[in-house]
Amino acid sequence: MNRWFKSGTPWIWLNAGAVAASLVMVFGLILMIAVNGLSFFWPSEVIEFEYQTEQDAEPRRIMGELQRSETMTAQAMRDAGFTVPEGQDIVVRHLIKRGNRDLDSRDFQWYLADFMSEWERPRDAVVLERLQWGDFFGYIREYQEDGETVAEGAAARTAFEERMPQTRELVQQIQRIERIEIGRVNFELERLRIAQRGVERADELSLEERGQRQEELEAEREGLDARYAELEAERNALREELARFAIVLETADGEHSTIPLSRIVNAWWPNDMSVPAKLRHYVGSFWDFMTGYPREANTEGGILPAIFGTVLMVILMSIVVTPFGVLAAIYLREYAKQGPLVRTIRISVNNLAGVPSIVFGVFGLGFFVYLIGGNIDQIFFRDALPSPTFGSPAIIWASLTLALLTLPVVIVSTEEGLTRIGASIRHGSLALGATKAETLWRLIVPLSAPAMMTGLILAVARAAGEVAPLMLVGVVKLAPTLPLDGNFPYLHLDRAFMHLGFHIFDVGFQSPNVEAGRPLVYATALVLVMLIIVLNLTAISIRNYLREKYRADSD
Amino acid sequence: MSDSQTHSINVAQSTQAHRGLNLDREDICLTAEDLKLYYGEDQALKGLDIRIPKNRITAFIGPSGCGKSTFLRCFNRMNDLIDAARIEGTIRLDGENIYDKAVDVPELRRRVGMVFQKPNPFPKSIYENVAYGLRLQGVNNRRRLDEVVEKSLKRAALWDEVKDRLHENAFGLSGGQQQRLVIARAIAIDPEVLLLDEPCSALDPLATLKIEELMIELKKDYTLVIVTHNMQQAARVSDYTAFMYMGELIEYADTDTLFTSPAKKQTEDYITGRFG
Repeated sequence: MNRWFKSGTPWIWLNAGAVAASLVMVFGLILMIAVNGLSFFWPSEVIEFEYQTEQDAEPRRIMGELQRSETMTAQAMRDAGFTVPEGQDIVVRHLIKRGNRDLDSRDFQWYLADFMSEWERPRDAVVLERLQWGDFFGYIREYQEDGETVAEGAAARTAFEERMPQTRELVQQIQRIERIEIGRVNFELERLRIAQRGVERADELSLEERGQRQEELEAEREGLDARYAELEAERNALREELARFAIVLETADGEHSTIPLSRIVNAWWPNDMSVPAKLRHYVGSFWDFMTGYPREANTEGGILPAIFGTVLMVILMSIVVTPFGVLAAIYLREYAKQGPLVRTIRISVNNLAGVPSIVFGVFGLGFFVYLIGGNIDQIFFRDALPSPTFGSPAIIWASLTLALLTLPVVIVSTEEGLTRIGASIRHGSLALGATKAETLWRLIVPLSAPAMMTGLILAVARAAGEVAPLMLVGVVKLAPTLPLDGNFPYLHLDRAFMHLGFHIFDVGFQSPNVEAGRPLVYATALVLVMLIIVLNLTAISIRNYLREKYRADSD
Repeated sequence: MSDSQTHSINVAQSTQAHRGLNLDREDICLTAEDLKLYYGEDQALKGLDIRIPKNRITAFIGPSGCGKSTFLRCFNRMNDLIDAARIEGTIRLDGENIYDKAVDVPELRRRVGMVFQKPNPFPKSIYENVAYGLRLQGVNNRRRLDEVVEKSLKRAALWDEVKDRLHENAFGLSGGQQQRLVIARAIAIDPEVLLLDEPCSALDPLATLKIEELMIELKKDYTLVIVTHNMQQAARVSDYTAFMYMGELIEYADTDTLFTSPAKKQTEDYITGRFG
């Protein structure tokens, strides 16, 4: 036994065990997120059953998707106020997603297995994804055009399926008009409004000149108003065209509901789908999730603005933090006289990395948003006051705050890279008549580029996952516009933005419908993890390229 | 003891040390006059005088820690990089004091090249290593660079071995090749003097031989000063040899005289291997 200890074997086991445990945790985490997030898009089958508890006089027909099942002790259920059949110790209950929130607000409901009839899986049960009120479960009974029934039963389904692609196209057209065209007109109108206010205040102009300017602006404004009316008319025409078509549905308990096609995003018959069809549906819904805009308080629709905001913010942050960190590190390592002062600065920089991130958020709000942003508004955007331009949380301030947060990481790794380049190479360059600055820029900085990239990788990983400070300096639950669009100057640094990390928090904990949001939490988390992995892999491949280019033997 | 007294004694000593030396027929390239170097409180060089002739190989020998490398590094002011080092006295390159305030140090280092003990190629391609000095001077003309790179590598007897892989990383070369590359890099900017600080100590005998042949070849165009541990090497390649001990120049003479009939007991003891 003693020999066994001396041989070091227990240590090897202990170390290997620690590695194994870490791996299990990492893969377990990713697996859990992936399974939960990805299974959401799979069209699960719709079940229908009769439900009658002991109090109910008549059975109710229930239809929906099985979310999950639980086994509980009967006692616990009774304590919670449920009726449970006598003589049972254990009960099984199922959570059913019933949808139809417009007809019955309880769209997620627990049912005891004991009171359920046999599950049926009707082939013609349809699931509708709607613009509002969430999913609908039922049967298509009639297909209407202009309020008149054109087809019934199976023919209604065929007619509906034939109509759906055109409807989708029309809906997209309307969205394009609203988001892009009308958005542009509104943007221009706002610009004009500010310009008009500016003219009113412009003291250096004579009254006459002011009047003239006003007239010009007024003319421009009229043009825009006309354009707006035009677009609105176009949109309304499309809407009318859309409103012509509707379907009548019947729910499991016999209620009828008429739904215009314009409100339907997607429709599928999960019990009537082959595996390839399900796969197609799966890929389609995942794509819609990645490229769509959020709906219904973020619990439905896509996360495109959040992905976009996260990526843009990380890019802006990298653009700011890299030069700053690198220059600071070069000064600290190469030029500053190494002494107590530099040592203190270095310790402070390292400690900065340990400051809780929310503190950076508070600082960002006070310093960037209110002080700098407020002053920018005072100086450059007077005409728009009192509504702030840069003086409110915005993507630029979020990026700067995170740049500050990640600055220590970049400084520390750049310094490490600079230290690693030995004196012999520096002396070689100096002996050839290079000055210190030439040696730095021609040799040392390129050689330590991989170390700088390492710093940037760590910074990106930290920044992309940070949420707390962002809530103070720029992230919002729902941003009406992206920070990058077709209106000059294209990149709007003064806009608030959406962020995946905050989206997870918002959907998971701030949403009115927690059950509906739960799968989206996992799906969004998965996208966030993927995004960070992609960003990191990009940076790592750049670093490896640089390493290969400046390959040095490790002395 | 006052400074002037010290100097006169030093001069007296060094005249004695230079007894076996006749430089009348040589052009003098570098001279050191009463050169003292301090590391903080410690005096590493104790008032050295030397005249180094042009287009000859001058070797500094002596036991470890005798200051020969430190002395060598005074000639291109590499000791400036050490904060604690302080220098008194003068070194003249073609009559000009290189420790004058007006001297442009990078320019001096262009005129006085240096090769270090351990080969220190830059982690770049072979081509870029040789072109580095020229690029520093703002030469970016591809043709001119190609020309100089080829010429320098040929002079360093490396061209035939690397001409097919000029754009590969210099770390792919062997130690001896790296050292010749570093020599090519130094002569690419056409210096007047080449300082070699134990250039063969990290090399195998065959590579050493090649470097020695190269040095003899190079002295046609350059003044070479070499520091070496290896007395056979000094005897083989150098024209003049200086023996240093404890920061002092003990004896300076033409190589044959120094190795065959040393004037000083200390020198004799060292070259016969009785100490050091």
